[in-house]
Amino acid sequence: MEYLGLFNYWAVVVIMMSGFYIMIARHNLVKKIIGLSIFQTGIFYFFISLGKVDSGTAPIFVNQQTGEAVYSNPLPHVLILTAIVVGVATMAVGLALIVRLYESYGSIEEDDIRKIEQKDFHDDADSY
Amino acid sequence: MYSVHFPVLIVILPLIAAPLCIIARHSFAAFLIALTANSISVLLAVAVVRRVIDGSVIHYSLGGWIAPTGIEYYIDTLNGVLLLIISLLSFLALIFAKDSIQQEISKARHYLFYAGWLMCLVGLLGMVITGDAFNVFVFLEISSLSMYMLIALGKQRRQAILAAFRYLMMGSIGASFILLGIGFLYAATGTLNMLDLSERLPGVGQSRTVLVGFSFITVGLLIKTAVFPVHSWLANTYQFAPSSIAVFLAGTATKVSLYVFLRFFFHVFGQDYSFAQMLLDNILLPLVVIGFFVMSIVAVYQTDIRRVLAYSSIAQIGYIFVALIMATESGLTAGIIHMINHAFIKAALFVAAGCIAYRLGSTRIKDMSGLVVHMPWTTSAFIIAGLSLIGIPLTAGFISKWHLIAATIESGWWLIALMILLSSLIAIVYIGKIIEVFCFGSQPNSQGRAVIQEAPLSMLLPLWILIIISLYTGINADVVVSLAAQSADQLLGTMQ
Repeated sequence: MEYLGLFNYWAVVVIMMSGFYIMIARHNLVKKIIGLSIFQTGIFYFFISLGKVDSGTAPIFVNQQTGEAVYSNPLPHVLILTAIVVGVATMAVGLALIVRLYESYGSIEEDDIRKIEQKDFHDDADSY
Repeated sequence: MYSVHFPVLIVILPLIAAPLCIIARHSFAAFLIALTANSISVLLAVAVVRRVIDGSVIHYSLGGWIAPTGIEYYIDTLNGVLLLIISLLSFLALIFAKDSIQQEISKARHYLFYAGWLMCLVGLLGMVITGDAFNVFVFLEISSLSMYMLIALGKQRRQAILAAFRYLMMGSIGASFILLGIGFLYAATGTLNMLDLSERLPGVGQSRTVLVGFSFITVGLLIKTAVFPVHSWLANTYQFAPSSIAVFLAGTATKVSLYVFLRFFFHVFGQDYSFAQMLLDNILLPLVVIGFFVMSIVAVYQTDIRRVLAYSSIAQIGYIFVALIMATESGLTAGIIHMINHAFIKAALFVAAGCIAYRLGSTRIKDMSGLVVHMPWTTSAFIIAGLSLIGIPLTAGFISKWHLIAATIESGWWLIALMILLSSLIAIVYIGKIIEVFCFGSQPNSQGRAVIQEAPLSMLLPLWILIIISLYTGINADVVVSLAAQSADQLLGTMQ
């Protein structure tokens, strides 16, 4: 039963690894970026679920007299806010680069780009 | 009395200057802003180094929040010296960049180039100065994101963008792994402050959580440092990035990742955990030995000068790693010496390659025949730096190789010492090949190309400053060696 109690980590592993698999297996550059994004989202889930405390509420200090409140840990959430911003920036830079790649190679399929890259390389080598 | 705030100002000033560059929207104004901010950072770094040079440690609490609640900047000898080296190299590379980018980037985009440069500098300085594990990730991403943009500005546009994109994929995986590893450490200890982590980790060291965190951080850092099996992003990046960015990257970026490696595995985890328990040396040793040996051979067969230097960089990172993973005091000292020396040597080599590219319009070695007649200052600087890379006596490279081999023999790794010597012999081949083309290559007939002039003073000046620094360390190595020894002491001492 211990394994069921850790279901959040199982979910994280599945999400992360599907993202990672997409990055490696797909040859379309946009899909690679999507995979990267899913991969990072898995990490975000990991952090967020770390902060959960059983029957904990939002960490807002109300009143000491009302009894002992149990709070969730807000720190992982704050960290992930930063990491989400970083993730969005990474995706923006990646997509911007893909636009430029499409303009100069005429394709966003890695196989096509690789062929043109090989040709560039041989053109360079021919001039020797 | 303001000197208390120097540590944070080193990072904040370039951060403020970056948007100012964008507001200025003018090539030369942006250059002046960037240069001013960078030179103030250098001066502040000098002031900070003067305070930590006696072995004392600076703790700076951001916003007055005392660690471990708040974020802390932690400066000891090692990162104090690195702060100075990074800001100084960035300053010199920036002077070089001014003329160098005239040919590579359209003038309308110059201000963005300088803004990106400053952001990258912020990231690198921040990674070095911070004492907070999560902060390392944030600064790592700041520097990487601006680096992707800067690389994509390269002259051969489409190859540069492709190199940037591949670096983005690899770099993001590396950074995400580091983030995940830090998450596991936080789950195990409930703290992100490095000092606090190093105190609490021994208590939970046996748990699987720490083990997983350790593995993720290791893999992430190996990607960022371009260690052998995950090095592929580096060669294309160095070849196709703008010359000035190649200088900046080669001198600083991988060194900063190496520093983070040192900080995590010696300071946060402690060498007992990293090496005695996790056997990190046994895992890494085959990789780095194959790395420096194979990459040296690969460098011999390259036809592009910057690609030769890139593969040589991967090989040099291998040497540094060999020294570091011995985890002895002399090994650490040797590794840190080589880190410092290699930063200056490789930056000088890339500046020289950039000067040649500026005048010649090509980075192919074959086009450079007989160049010593036309560009005596540049080529002689390249030759001196090249000899230093090989490790000829009276150069900085000799000092680092000497310590490196002495340390390997002290640890009883005779075979490794032999491999290092053999691989240095290969370095003679790939550097010698270029020198031969420079000096003895047949002069193309005068119709073949226009008369080539010596590089402008603004490029020669940073080049020769780098050469003089590296020659000085070669003749009088006391400063570097004593600083490295003190850093090694501090790194090993923190775990006791």
